[in-house]
Amino acid sequence: MIYFIALIQVICMQIKTEEVLSDLIHKIIDISGTNIWKCYQCGKCSAGCPMVDFMELLPHQVIRLAQIGKWKEICEANTAWICAACLTCSVRCPRGIKIAEVMEALRQVVLRNRLSNKRLNISEERIRRLPPIALISAYRKILE
Amino acid sequence: MEISYYPGCTLKVDARNFEESAIDSFRELGVVLVELARWNCCGTVFSFTTDNVMYHLAPVRNLLRVREAGKEQVLTLCSMCFNTLKRAAELFNKDAEKRDKILNIMKDKEPLAYDGKTRVIHGIELIRDEIGFDVLKKKTGENLKGLRLAPYYGCMLLRPDGVGIDNPENPRAFQDLINAMGADAVSFPFQSECCGAYQTVEHPEAVVERARIIINSARKAGADALVVSCPLCAYNLDQGQMDVKSIDSSFETFPVLYFTECLYASLGLGFREEWKALHYAPLEGVLARIRRETTSKLIGAAPNKE
Repeated sequence: MIYFIALIQVICMQIKTEEVLSDLIHKIIDISGTNIWKCYQCGKCSAGCPMVDFMELLPHQVIRLAQIGKWKEICEANTAWICAACLTCSVRCPRGIKIAEVMEALRQVVLRNRLSNKRLNISEERIRRLPPIALISAYRKILE
Repeated sequence: MEISYYPGCTLKVDARNFEESAIDSFRELGVVLVELARWNCCGTVFSFTTDNVMYHLAPVRNLLRVREAGKEQVLTLCSMCFNTLKRAAELFNKDAEKRDKILNIMKDKEPLAYDGKTRVIHGIELIRDEIGFDVLKKKTGENLKGLRLAPYYGCMLLRPDGVGIDNPENPRAFQDLINAMGADAVSFPFQSECCGAYQTVEHPEAVVERARIIINSARKAGADALVVSCPLCAYNLDQGQMDVKSIDSSFETFPVLYFTECLYASLGLGFREEWKALHYAPLEGVLARIRRETTSKLIGAAPNKE
């Protein structure tokens, strides 16, 4: 249902020049080093994504919204923060778009501009139990 | 043959069984792993950002340590270390601008400049390309005969294309390794699907779901155990089962082993008692089958350590 609503929202959206040319969207393109306008919405990234069940917007929807400059919608969705950077989308994209890299760029723009008060919510008991590899990689990807 | 070895953070604590079994197994195969005299954490994940080279300093420093030791090749066992180090090495060699920046930052602390010559290889690659599956096959015999093992590649061993050890969509290396160890490799649909990786910290509920899907898929394919090459996959899929069980009591646990533990058992070295404590899902079923189908000298005992 939530995907359906998101789809309707995309269909009904107004495309504004100033949004398409917004700095934040261009920063994402700079940081990820990928041309998001090559995307033709085949949905292969979303079809193969292992974390898709927990995402508010699907990866291909994020790319589409980025193309039309809808920064607010992308930023409010949890998609980039659920991404596990497994690169399945990036290796499968027929247009060679590095989607995982776009997700990382999105996180970077949010963190660098302090647009969210992101922190890791883990209990002390879980910190003791988690192996260093999990803690370091989560810290690197989610907070750094 | 001697080879430089980079352990990484988790192999010294939560995955000691991974390291210990690898060192002994490779020695048995004529390869001595020489741990780098000095190493630091590689950062565990490769940074995708194109505008900040600071993230690549940690892996490049490790590559420099290999050159300082006079070697050109470094072996890793952890898939994530392998991916991070190999991608950093590639970035250093391919991107002249970033190379200059990295060298410029490092020159204050490092007496020697990194020359870009370190080659990073994974344990499975070492067996495939340097030792040879046919040679391994001759040494292993029938110790794991009849055991059906499902190889779990995960992400970092295969992706991105060109960095991974095999084709990301249709890999063979792990299956071939299992067959060379004398066990039967069981392919299953989720063998190269992500386990959720570091999301185990922030979104454990998503990782539990991944563990359930992956384990059930391996079980359905007829496997007796899942074989992994990454301590994070091992944690998510092994410990994750305990969380699945707490939600769904009808879920039955499924053994998860490192490929080096299987290698160790296949070479007739058995399975060390102290490794059991580092596993979550009970291993008795699988270990009993190793014992039953091996000759008497191979039963469960630890070898004499030099």
